[in-house]
Amino acid sequence: MEEIIKVKNLIKKFGSFTANDNLSFDVYKGEIFGFLGANGAGKTTAIRILCGLSSPTSGDVKVAGFDIYRETEKIKKNIGYMSQKFSLYEDLTVAENIRLYAGIYGIPPKKRKEKMAELLKKLEMENARNKLIAGLPLGWKQKLAFSVAIFHEPKIVFLDEPTGGVDPVTRRKFWDLIYEAASNGITVFVTTHYMDEAEYCDRVSIMDAGKIEALDTPAKLKERYNAKNMDEVFIKIAR
Amino acid sequence: MIKINQISKSYNENQAVKKISLKVNEGELFGLIGPDGAGKTTLMRILTTLLLPESGEAKMDGLDVVNDFKKIRHIVGYMPGRFSLYQDLSVEENLNFFATVFGTTVQENYDLIRDIYYQIEPFKNRRAGKLSGGMKQKLALSCALIHKPKILVLDEPTTGVDAVSRKEFWEMLKKLQKKGITILVSTPYMDEANLCDRVALIQKGELLNVDSPQRITEKFPRRIIQIRSDEMYRLINDLRAFEKAESVFAFGQFVHFTGINDDVETNELDIYLEKQNHNNIVVEEISPGIEDVFMSMQSNSK
Repeated sequence: MEEIIKVKNLIKKFGSFTANDNLSFDVYKGEIFGFLGANGAGKTTAIRILCGLSSPTSGDVKVAGFDIYRETEKIKKNIGYMSQKFSLYEDLTVAENIRLYAGIYGIPPKKRKEKMAELLKKLEMENARNKLIAGLPLGWKQKLAFSVAIFHEPKIVFLDEPTGGVDPVTRRKFWDLIYEAASNGITVFVTTHYMDEAEYCDRVSIMDAGKIEALDTPAKLKERYNAKNMDEVFIKIAR
Repeated sequence: MIKINQISKSYNENQAVKKISLKVNEGELFGLIGPDGAGKTTLMRILTTLLLPESGEAKMDGLDVVNDFKKIRHIVGYMPGRFSLYQDLSVEENLNFFATVFGTTVQENYDLIRDIYYQIEPFKNRRAGKLSGGMKQKLALSCALIHKPKILVLDEPTTGVDAVSRKEFWEMLKKLQKKGITILVSTPYMDEANLCDRVALIQKGELLNVDSPQRITEKFPRRIIQIRSDEMYRLINDLRAFEKAESVFAFGQFVHFTGINDDVETNELDIYLEKQNHNNIVVEEISPGIEDVFMSMQSNSK
């Protein structure tokens, strides 16, 4: 299997505080990789490094084949990012947001129009194209934010708690989109506090106090920790 | 302890709460369960006298939410969804401030908050804005309790909180309940419904159901079949293509399947999936959970 993210001995310190304490792991192309951990375990720090937004204190990290110290611009072109807290501009319309991101990621104007029409149709949002994001239901925003994050067909998409607060049906429809992206070969790197969603991942890593305490398929983790579900695994590790 | 009678509230065109009636008993741990935009926060803000209802009435321990708002504020502790303590004050200063506002002292009611506060006491000189999510939540709860309220209203206290902290938080709530406090708590996590004495399922401003979690699932008339195979995504797609499928959704390591008219048998599905070349197939009928009930109601109300 081809590694799309390679992390070796990653350390990140803030002053005397070690946020990432010697992390080593690989993520394979096309897999759904769950990145779990308690609040404050160091997930956000690691994601920021993998996205090229922050530099490690030490360690070797390659994302989509590019070096995290020297090639951050190339990394940014090859990844997508979505977080629940911020992804779309509330004061712009649906169409304006798509156009903005298409422009940022350098999609040629000719291709842009066609791709936008395609996307609006797929999301069943053709009638909402001129509506402001601020007025849309949260579930729609999340679907759109995800679609925009993979609009430039990145190799990897990072999803930071993408499904917080939505109803159970919308949450599952969102996972349909994740599965679809993964089956199209996009690697999905996702964090969540919903432990049932951990089961949907191909592999899951669980962080605690800056370290990766466990990394395996959900089935193997449950077996190893003698747990009924991922919720129990998580509680055994992080408590 | 809480009586809500035909309460409605709109924001411009948008009806956030539609004629909701509800009673919460003294000493009960009562859950408002529903997604974003269901109307949970609006209802809680009316009960805590921070928002006027458009029509209908509500009473907290016999006090009217419109006429007796000052008295209500003394018997109700409220923890809003967004962290709303003073970020520039230290942990200790925040707690002292809220105690003083309510005409009491931290010493007087320390008993009530001790179990929660001792965990953040080592950081009592740290500014509230610099605390981690879990610590903020504990401080906010301490501040909501410092005047020894009869009723505690908590708006999504566990949203965005990891599974371990969520579990600890619910253990704290159970302890507070034992001390006689009536608790009204909202959450978007369906699994937390099982930790309440009774719950109201709420969606788009309307109550879908009010009962104990156990009775809600017992009364649910549909048959749920859970299914597993080695390939989750293909399994979901294949099951959706099955002609007698009504709903197919992922539920952790399983897929939950409901058949049209509930007349699909497990062996039918077994045979169908074998034909589709799935491996390690498990098909079994199970009793439904709260999330199944909620999702079924949700699709019916559309």
